[in-house]
Amino acid sequence: MSRVSVPCHVKGTVALQVGDVRTSQGRPGVLVIDVTFPSVAPFELQEIMFKNYYTAFLTIRVRQHTSTHTPAKWVTCLRDYCLMPDPHSEEGAQEYVSLFKHQMLCDMGKVLELRLILRQPSPLWLSFTVEELQIYKQGPKDLGIWFQVSPTLPASGQYAFALQSPSMTFPKWLSHPVPCEQPAPLLEGLPDPSRVSSEVQQMWALTEMIRASHTSTRIGRFDVDGCYDLNLLSYT
Amino acid sequence: MLQEESDLALIIAQIVQKLKGSNLYAQLERQAWASLQRPEIKLESLKEDIKEFFKISGWEKKLQNAVYSELSVFPLPSHPAAPPEHLKEPLVYMRKAQGSWEKRILKSLNSMCTELSIPLARKRPVGEQKELLNKWNEMGTDEPDLSLFRPVYAPKDFLEVLINLRNPNYENGDSHSFRTHLGLIQVPLKVKDIPELKEFFVELGLTAGQLGIDDSTQVPPELFENEHVRIGQKVLSEQDSAAAQQYIRQGSPTALRAELWALILNISSQPEDILYYEQLKTNVIQHDLLVDSLIYKDVKLTASNDDYYFVFEDYLYQVLLCFSRDTSVLGHFAYNSASPPKSYIRGKLGLEEYAVFYPPNGVIPFHGFSMYVAPLCFLYHEPSKLYQIFREMYVRFFFRLHSISSHPSGIVSLCLLFETLLQTYLPQLFYHLREIGAQPLRISFKWMVRAFSGYLATDQLLLLWDRILGYNSLEILAGMKASKPKDIFTWKWTAYDKNKQTKTENWKQSEYRPYGNG
Repeated sequence: MSRVSVPCHVKGTVALQVGDVRTSQGRPGVLVIDVTFPSVAPFELQEIMFKNYYTAFLTIRVRQHTSTHTPAKWVTCLRDYCLMPDPHSEEGAQEYVSLFKHQMLCDMGKVLELRLILRQPSPLWLSFTVEELQIYKQGPKDLGIWFQVSPTLPASGQYAFALQSPSMTFPKWLSHPVPCEQPAPLLEGLPDPSRVSSEVQQMWALTEMIRASHTSTRIGRFDVDGCYDLNLLSYT
Repeated sequence: MLQEESDLALIIAQIVQKLKGSNLYAQLERQAWASLQRPEIKLESLKEDIKEFFKISGWEKKLQNAVYSELSVFPLPSHPAAPPEHLKEPLVYMRKAQGSWEKRILKSLNSMCTELSIPLARKRPVGEQKELLNKWNEMGTDEPDLSLFRPVYAPKDFLEVLINLRNPNYENGDSHSFRTHLGLIQVPLKVKDIPELKEFFVELGLTAGQLGIDDSTQVPPELFENEHVRIGQKVLSEQDSAAAQQYIRQGSPTALRAELWALILNISSQPEDILYYEQLKTNVIQHDLLVDSLIYKDVKLTASNDDYYFVFEDYLYQVLLCFSRDTSVLGHFAYNSASPPKSYIRGKLGLEEYAVFYPPNGVIPFHGFSMYVAPLCFLYHEPSKLYQIFREMYVRFFFRLHSISSHPSGIVSLCLLFETLLQTYLPQLFYHLREIGAQPLRISFKWMVRAFSGYLATDQLLLLWDRILGYNSLEILAGMKASKPKDIFTWKWTAYDKNKQTKTENWKQSEYRPYGNG
């Protein structure tokens, strides 16, 4: 399963504060961000990704499409998710966070609108928000097969695939470097030709594997074609 | 949970990828290939038989140690959307501070280069190469004129940068409130408090035996020492890195220390490693770098003046000069907030094919750098092994002591931890020092940057470094600063109490200096 980014419109943050924002001394500790999807039909939410900026707790409310004529209601799907274990210190303050649909309290089948409620109870920070917000829905299901077709040693790009499809099973080539074939049962007297050929095939595959891989230790040259005559150090 | 499985798969994939390029992988292949001739390896159960063979012959243990080493050194894979600089340092303002600090160092080095009209690097003429090769083992006898050279920076310059570190999103008001930190460090990093430290360093509690305390002459050896030595020998015979790391938390017997450290750092002197060191030596002989003079100057100023380490002067040159040429050190910049300085081949400014790093390992030595190597000379006498141990110690621990980062073992966190501990243990002393303008961090900062090398007796220093390896963390340095020199501080405190009118400068001059250099 892969994911596809959903274009969204992030409205400006609204601070919730008791009293007059201009005259009161303290800074707001609660912010609300509305996320709408103007050009997209109600979709199934797969993942919410963002970069935190000093938000301590996150609550998400969702409004879903209902088939009946009742108006869509707001439902809390994530309550007080902790982003910073200690709101007064820097831990987790600028981390990248992903929230998946299995972490939500309700089913996210037909999402119309999202509302992110950010809380930062500590008075030490001047501002807080979430940045680089991206919403993903489920994508087409064909990328998983790609993995298993090529049993030869993978290039480094292949393991990058595991990154994007977190629910994929552990890649097969790591535990089964050689394509396994069941040898046919042994006949009386003579060794079974198909079994012998399969053993030979395994030996061959092992040889191929050993030959294909080579150490990638760096050779360790720091000069360019034997020359290390330098200008001054560069500042960029 | 789905997330944990995928995290585990990612970690495994990353470690496999890293190990594929290593010597161990090639050796395992050769062993597997050679084992096919053994009678117990049957073709129909090839995989299981080879696995069994690896287990019996000890190769599985070597692989286990290599995986453990990778897990200890490299940070866990972060979020896939995180850019590489986020892995180096997650906080943006710290990255910026490190960037401007590096620019200052580069400017300083460039100005030294132009003032003295010495090139950053030059190829040695053949006659000079021969001469250097001949006196490779006694470079200390050389007395080059280094009076014009000055260290690029000293720990006190670095401390000034750390003191001025500010988070732009933090309430840094001018008026003192509960928000301002009482010490010098003003960034709100998360440091362990005393209950957390007690839990983390549980093996150092009063109920557990410790080498360095429970092996003194008054304590009968049957109580702790004999058993501890026996366990140490067993750990070494099993060749298990993880067990060694756990064992060394209570200190290492002197006789076993060299082997234990090599086991924990996963260093074994293979022929390839000796060859690699010889190649570095050839690089030193062929090219002369400006940083070589800085290294010479540093060794002459610090280690050569030290009563304990002056005998190792020649070793220090052999290690540090080769270290500067080692491009494999560049790998650690993936998780170090610092970046290696860049330069271009003369005449090819701006062309990426002619961009190189300077020095080749990307590390510019500062005043006192050679003291990281000096204590290791007591343990290892073979230059290539000494070199490997030092390099591994540097890319695991020492680099954190001179770069700006939010890591719990980074120097900023260590300073904050020290100040917090001192305020908790000795609040009156801390308050008084603040009042007279002598912040305790100014005195103890240089001890920490050098990991106490040169400030503690060697046997005690090595016991301290045992714990650094055992806990895979430098936090013990901050705890050390706050508790052991507590005696130093309290002694000074009572003496000082008598003349409260004395100015701050006098206080600084009468600092306690057990061994030599400042």
